[in-house]
Amino acid sequence: MAVLVIADHDNASLKDSTNKTVTAALALSGDVDVLVAGKDAKAAADAAAKIAGVRKVLLAESDELGQGLAEAVEATVLPLMGGYDAVLTPATSQGKNFSPRIAAKLDVAQISEIVEVVSNDTFVRPIYAGNALETVQSSDAKKVITVRATAFKAAGEGGSASVENVAAGAASAKIKFVDQQLVKSARPELAGAKIVVSGGRAMGSAEEFSKVIEPLADKLGAAVGASRAAVDAGYAPNDYQVGQTGKVVAPELYVAIGISGAIQHLAGMKDSKVIVAINKDADAPIFQVADFGLVADYKTAVPELMDALTAAGK
Amino acid sequence: MKVLVPVKRVIDSNVKARVKSDQSGVDLANVKMSINPFCEIAVEEAVRLKEKGVATEVVVVSIGPAQAQETLRQALAMGADRGVLIQSDQDLEPLEVAKVLKAVIAEEAPGVVIMGKQAIDGDNNATGQMLAALLDWPQATFASAIELSADKAKVTREVDGGLQTIEATLPAIITADLRLNEPRYASLPNIMKAKKKPLDVKEVATLGVDLKPHLKVLKVAEPAKRSAGIKVETAGDLVANLKTAGVL
Repeated sequence: MAVLVIADHDNASLKDSTNKTVTAALALSGDVDVLVAGKDAKAAADAAAKIAGVRKVLLAESDELGQGLAEAVEATVLPLMGGYDAVLTPATSQGKNFSPRIAAKLDVAQISEIVEVVSNDTFVRPIYAGNALETVQSSDAKKVITVRATAFKAAGEGGSASVENVAAGAASAKIKFVDQQLVKSARPELAGAKIVVSGGRAMGSAEEFSKVIEPLADKLGAAVGASRAAVDAGYAPNDYQVGQTGKVVAPELYVAIGISGAIQHLAGMKDSKVIVAINKDADAPIFQVADFGLVADYKTAVPELMDALTAAGK
Repeated sequence: MKVLVPVKRVIDSNVKARVKSDQSGVDLANVKMSINPFCEIAVEEAVRLKEKGVATEVVVVSIGPAQAQETLRQALAMGADRGVLIQSDQDLEPLEVAKVLKAVIAEEAPGVVIMGKQAIDGDNNATGQMLAALLDWPQATFASAIELSADKAKVTREVDGGLQTIEATLPAIITADLRLNEPRYASLPNIMKAKKKPLDVKEVATLGVDLKPHLKVLKVAEPAKRSAGIKVETAGDLVANLKTAGVL
């Protein structure tokens, strides 16, 4: 069987989730191609060609693909599907936007956010906020799959695949890109960061959130995350959200500050290697998953932690 | 303009799902069920559009067992005008749900469909996108703001790294994200009023949709448990422990 991986990239570079999705694809087949759909995305395609195990890179470019319109990505992928038995996409907000369209047009199920490849047709995926793991067997001839990248190791470099241009599909005239406001941040990206510092509702305001969480994150070289409650209350932007309906992260170190640990938040971070919780409520559920818990008010604990990190040479 | 809002009856978001000991699924017997939180946000948005005079009628539709009537009544109590239950005791996959909704849309002919981005049981985040693809209608997923005019929807979307704004020619499918609005609590008088609002029940078989499952669930297991670690007394202890653990 042959497998197509749809790359996650920002045109200039490839996101780590692509390498992880290639690992999932290689568990299905030795014939793995990567599609880079974007605009001025040659650099990302060249990076994809260097991933070990990749057979061929397909590059499709247009304005609409650069704008990430789901209709355009679907229209680019569908004509290619004659040559593939499965298409795997990292489960990012972009991947979740277009992948189900491909499944519907092929009249097959989407197997969402797999965390394990059991065999060619059998996969494990979390349901109910990760409180259960479902093993499903697909009877479809072609498989459309999104991949929870944190569950797979990144495929390394060492490949030398060719890059081939393919036609970009057109979006329907019924959809038009207007504009986008992307926040440029010097911090690492949340989904792939080695350390994540997250704040919760206890922060009380957007000002307090940035005053407390950001300096600590910067000291640790960490990405900033937030609980759903903090996002809901407007203390942090939505793309900071860690949890069932936000981002799923699995960093080396996850620091939860003023986060109680609701089911849906735990779903997004419980696979982190080391979890630290700072919360003044000793009964907060977050302590049930934390490796190191500090029962204290963040208002005093975070400055003390900053000092202790300085003393430790950080 | 008629607004159609599909809603799903799911386990209450504050209840922890428990896996059955025979690994055949999640135990839903005697568990509190509610309207899916993102569906609730979609209902709220539709009702606000009606209050602003943009929408003329809000129709809520659910596909599920007889008990899903309670979910529809919940939406009617929030201000929806009319409910439709497509009764099915089979647990349908997102593609089949999208096909059933397509059949409902052929009858109802709404100007726009607003629905939740994801149900918190299956966690698929797929039905809206599939429905848009099946209908060849434009899609605007993960909406955090919606501006409707007579023939267009300008939608601000939550994307990785920020926000994107797109414009869709109606009819279109919009899926609701968390920050779109904060749903109201239904007042007691409105709950009483909702009991008298029209609610049609149809058997799913009458729609003539192919409901053959594509996926077979082999087992449902509990994930590996993470055990609680230790409590430290001071920030200094914490840093020392993190150094020992090798993560600093």
